[in-house]
Amino acid sequence: MQRYSGFGLVKHALSHHENWQRQWRNPTPKKEYDVIIVGGGGHGLATAYYLAKEHGIKNVAVIEKGWLGGGNTARNTTIVRSNYLWDEAAALYEHAMKLWEGLSQDINYNVMFSQRGVLNLGHTLQDMRDIQRRVNANRLNGIDGEVLDAKGVQELVPIMDCSKNARYPVMGASWQPRAGVARHDAVAWGYARAADAHGVDLLQNTEVTGFKIRDGRVYGVHTNRGDIAAKTIGCVAAGNSGVLAKMAGFKLPLESHPLQALVSEPLKPILDTVVMSNHVHGYISQSDKGDLVIGAGIDGYNGYGQRGSFPTVEHTLQAIVEMFPIFSRVRMNRQWGGIVDTCPDACPILSKTPVKGLFFNCGWGTGGFKATPGSGHVFAASLAKGEMHPIAAPFSIDRFHSGALIDEHGAAGVAH
Amino acid sequence: MTQPNRIAWDGLQIDRRRALSFRFNGKTYQGYEGDTLASALLANGVHLVGRSFKYHRPRGILSAGVEEPNALVELGREGAHQPNLRATEIPLFDGLEARSQNCWPSLKWDLGAAVQLASPMLTAGFYYKTFMQPSWAWRHYEKVIRKAAGLGKAPTVRDEARYDKRHQYCDLLVVGAGPAGLMAATSAARRSARVILVDERRELGGMLLEESVHIAGQTAKQWVQQTLAELEALETVTVLPRTTVFGRYRHGKFGLVQHTEQGQVLHSVHARRAVMATGAIERPMVFSDNDRPGVMLAGAIRRYIRCYGVVPGRRAAIFTNNDSAYETARCLREAGAEVAAIVDLRERAPSVAGLDDVEILTQAEVVGVQGSQHVKAVEIEVGSKRRRIACDLLCVSGGWTPTIHLLAHGGKDTLAYDAAWGAFIPTCSEPVPGIHATGACNGAQSLVNILAQGIAAGEAAAEALGCEAATPVALPEVQHRGGELSPSAAPVCEVRGGRGKKFVDLQDDVTVRDLELALREGYRSIEHVKRYTTLGMGTDQGRTSNINGMRIVAERLGKRIDEVGTTTFRPPFTPVSLGALAGRESDRRLDVLRRSPIHDWHVRNGAVFMPSGLWLRPQYYRRPGHGETLTEAARKEAANVRDKVGIADVSTLGKIEVQGRDAAEFLNRLYINRCGNVGLHKARYGVMLREDGFVFDDGTVVKLADNRYLISTTTVNAGAVLSHMEFHQQMVWPELSVHIEPVTEQWAVVALAGPASREVLARLMPEEDVSNQALPFLGYREVCFQGVTTRLFRISFSGELAYEIAVPADHGLTLWEALLEAGEPFGIMPYGLEAMDYLRIEKGHLIIGTDIDGRVTPHDIGLGGMIRGDDDFIGRRSLQRPALTEEGRPRLVGFVSADGETPIPASAQLVAERWTGTPQDSLGRITSPGFSPVLDCPIALGLAEVEAEGGSLYAVSPLTGEQAEVTVTRPVFHDPKGERLRG
Repeated sequence: MQRYSGFGLVKHALSHHENWQRQWRNPTPKKEYDVIIVGGGGHGLATAYYLAKEHGIKNVAVIEKGWLGGGNTARNTTIVRSNYLWDEAAALYEHAMKLWEGLSQDINYNVMFSQRGVLNLGHTLQDMRDIQRRVNANRLNGIDGEVLDAKGVQELVPIMDCSKNARYPVMGASWQPRAGVARHDAVAWGYARAADAHGVDLLQNTEVTGFKIRDGRVYGVHTNRGDIAAKTIGCVAAGNSGVLAKMAGFKLPLESHPLQALVSEPLKPILDTVVMSNHVHGYISQSDKGDLVIGAGIDGYNGYGQRGSFPTVEHTLQAIVEMFPIFSRVRMNRQWGGIVDTCPDACPILSKTPVKGLFFNCGWGTGGFKATPGSGHVFAASLAKGEMHPIAAPFSIDRFHSGALIDEHGAAGVAH
Repeated sequence: MTQPNRIAWDGLQIDRRRALSFRFNGKTYQGYEGDTLASALLANGVHLVGRSFKYHRPRGILSAGVEEPNALVELGREGAHQPNLRATEIPLFDGLEARSQNCWPSLKWDLGAAVQLASPMLTAGFYYKTFMQPSWAWRHYEKVIRKAAGLGKAPTVRDEARYDKRHQYCDLLVVGAGPAGLMAATSAARRSARVILVDERRELGGMLLEESVHIAGQTAKQWVQQTLAELEALETVTVLPRTTVFGRYRHGKFGLVQHTEQGQVLHSVHARRAVMATGAIERPMVFSDNDRPGVMLAGAIRRYIRCYGVVPGRRAAIFTNNDSAYETARCLREAGAEVAAIVDLRERAPSVAGLDDVEILTQAEVVGVQGSQHVKAVEIEVGSKRRRIACDLLCVSGGWTPTIHLLAHGGKDTLAYDAAWGAFIPTCSEPVPGIHATGACNGAQSLVNILAQGIAAGEAAAEALGCEAATPVALPEVQHRGGELSPSAAPVCEVRGGRGKKFVDLQDDVTVRDLELALREGYRSIEHVKRYTTLGMGTDQGRTSNINGMRIVAERLGKRIDEVGTTTFRPPFTPVSLGALAGRESDRRLDVLRRSPIHDWHVRNGAVFMPSGLWLRPQYYRRPGHGETLTEAARKEAANVRDKVGIADVSTLGKIEVQGRDAAEFLNRLYINRCGNVGLHKARYGVMLREDGFVFDDGTVVKLADNRYLISTTTVNAGAVLSHMEFHQQMVWPELSVHIEPVTEQWAVVALAGPASREVLARLMPEEDVSNQALPFLGYREVCFQGVTTRLFRISFSGELAYEIAVPADHGLTLWEALLEAGEPFGIMPYGLEAMDYLRIEKGHLIIGTDIDGRVTPHDIGLGGMIRGDDDFIGRRSLQRPALTEEGRPRLVGFVSADGETPIPASAQLVAERWTGTPQDSLGRITSPGFSPVLDCPIALGLAEVEAEGGSLYAVSPLTGEQAEVTVTRPVFHDPKGERLRG
């Protein structure tokens, strides 16, 4: 793999950038792999990378029906944080956070992980109690967090309306300084390049049409480019996980919903932190290009269309204009939707399945992007060993039978 | 005061009698009513208007419409301005003030342009390859990168503009009032369809305004006016100029934003059918230094001349790959400008009347543009020979792209590549069910075809709508002066030679080299190329760049354009202000604010309010002159309830009436304790679970009459409980005959609590027997108070002898004041939420949300015994799951401060060891800390994994550094047997 550095950039500038190598190959599928990952988004590519790097399993294919990183990896609002309430979720997201902190160096691709801090606003006494509870729980788990009062919030974000006249005046916020944003596409590309360098085959425009299952064990997949064999298969297909599970003959407790987001026209930097409010249903940050990146709540109905309903966007912008009256004149440049696969307890599924050798990693709902490195890391370990990694274990499908649900509705960032 | 580039011309859209004065970058200019900012600037000879995003290259005005990538300005007084507006879309008005963006200290001398020195390094995606070492340094690199971000500045003051919203319904929405749209609207309107005709421009007519054509014996402008007059005379037709259809959504819904003198109006139009008559947008050519001010689209030049009487140059060169630009040459000459040469990429030039003496160079290319802030000359290559042609304007045309965005908002499968256009056109005339494509956006080329398609689309739509028959619109006769020229383009948009940068996307500074680099590095999918290079990601959404970019990518990959495909089309078509989308429903109107009918009394009597759901509720009463703190006041209020009597306004609790033959069965299925079986005129405390077995809400169920129940919910959950009930009524048990009606706002409810409450009630209603026998605990009676129906409940949250009295909302204040008067001899005092909290914590009563979050079962909080019978209820099966029944689940317990005085911190976690900062396992949490006046000691409720009473834990708040050693007790601190509330 050609190493990237500032020096290299200067050197290549002299040759007019004509000697840069391909970041990944476009290989022909082999007949058989040790492990197949279905889904070439951030989580799937990260899984393949850690399989190769940490477990020496390099005969791996990532099968993607479209283009790499083209699902929710390309559609999210890029927020990364780990201030989840319950121990199980906190452990998973904090594991991811620690990997984020060295990711650019690890994969030699600048994913622009920018720890500009995340505010979760409180607008009522109950909000503030919940925030204090969550930060106390985080501290117990060794996760950073502060609680700010309205004055502290105002100092951090001078352009926000923190006055008492607002419909829901800001009473304070939780503040996680290590949280922030990352360049979402770069995460997929960086993992793809690093996985490819380890010999992983990235098969784009390859669609899984079925599984080869015999005697309750998986032996491979059928695809539009022929059959590919593998005895270990990890499905990381977000909104389409339910469809894949159906092909494998079982059901997952998932509901797929549209989740919308939008960006404004680029503005000179004016908002340096990420601001989220559960209460008024909106969250916002400003990218390094200058766009305001705004996220909405999920659409209430189920669907696989990557577009949502218009009133959801209207409601979100009412909240944003309520919090930031000066953004009223700023214009929306683009709106889009992704499909989020939500679980009843707003926590993901990282699990074995009724089919031996077939593993699923799904159900991330609105919180998938921020977990990308951690999800890939523990899922790779689980695939390599055939047993779920201890951090992944509580997220087993069994919990819906046993009732050991985790329930992160409060921390999921948007109302479910 | 002169406008050097303005000429006299017939049929202009401007009113020369009305001169307007405006300021651009601090300098005053003149223009006319009817101008856009762009036409007025060009009239004044101003070509340099902005700086580009990445390289800060000088930029001018490329186009005359929504496709403009360069001429973005800030409009209005600094701070109250709108950023990033296109000069080509801003109607000129007197006193207009606009500024260039992304330049400092001035547009002409922009220090940011120094970045061009480093441009060899600033290729597509360079930032992914560097700034990684040392790892801590990124935050500093990023600060510098961030300084370069953005185009315009955000406003700094609150927006006082007014934004309205309208919902409209029509049979047919016609998008675009050019020739096709006008004909479609007329055809459908004559058949009595209700039509909305929309165009983004102020002056309607579309392409007709820039062409030299006669229709039905009239000038184009006259014909447009006559057609519009016919339409506007019909009551069934609405014509909306300056209105952009920015998005197409599901189920025939369209988003429109209308610009009016008063402000912007967002229209949600629900159209049974729609006609897309959105025309086509011209593409530029890609060649060395193709971004210089003075390089303009050929069609835009015709518009500036024919609509505004503005000739942007004296001596023009034309560079084209199609015939349509020859019309620009004719137009320029008619306007008195010189055409230095027509440079045509193709082998053969068309023979065009009136251009006999113009030099036409075929198989020729523009390989360079001289003049960094305004074109001075162009370098031409014909064969292997190079020439320099002096000129002050370069008109370019790389063909035309049908505007299919709205069609494609539902998916790209409605499009197919068309070689003649060199772009994508709809697959058929009704590519989406209910949506007709017509005119240039449907691939029609000559004006006659466009008009004919418009008529056909209008007829087809009317037919499908089932409209009555009428005489069809006759196809008008069309006469082109000098013959009509085709927009069919040669399949080349790029010049290979030349030393300068060749821009594909002018706004985001994406060059041919950037595209090549992306391909070299393995980014093959057009979506990858777009994201890696930012092609088409600007505020113009690549209207002038996407097709050229795709063509270059396809050629480098050796593929066809349709194999490469397009990126996804997303709303909005043009940017829409957040204010328009939010409408008036932000600020105080974000959600309704609910106030109790007794609110004004609370205000007059010193209440301090706190929000609770949509409501404001008194937290405590600050009595005048006392200067009490919250704690002092609340303790006093609580003590008064324990010792004497108090009243609280509980009107905000959710109230839902459930009626019908199956109401009892319905309630039995909702609650864990068969609340439908409650006796007549009795109340029962009930608990509802979610489907997963966890507690959802609690409240009382009262049987008012046969088949008629009133249930109460927590204030915050009132909406959620109603949805939960309606969902089950409509979706799960449709066979049950039940009517559900929320009645929260219709009743004012007062809680009367304390040992003296019975005496107070007896004084209030002397004719009623309120003895313990006549009205026992959990009893209900409908009574008459001052002539109105009054509901009297004997229920208690405080743990004291207590009643709740409900009257129709309008009588709430009367009841409240009457209670105060009746209770005066007994020392009655109002109490707020804080005191209510103290009282209920002592009593071990729980609050949903505070003590009960999404992981608590009835067993966990000691209510498992309430479960009755064997019949199913929501959550019953989930409750039997092993994790919900296992030993060691956190359960509700009480705590007292071990030393009897250290306050138990709020929101604390429970741990085994004193907190020193090292992470520890959480054993539970404090849910409600309080102070017991009875025990004179800090107390709390909590959920904890504990074995037995008397055990000891630490309640810690790492956040505040507080902690307290606590002793486990039963979760009832006061009157555990309930003698007081039953007495």
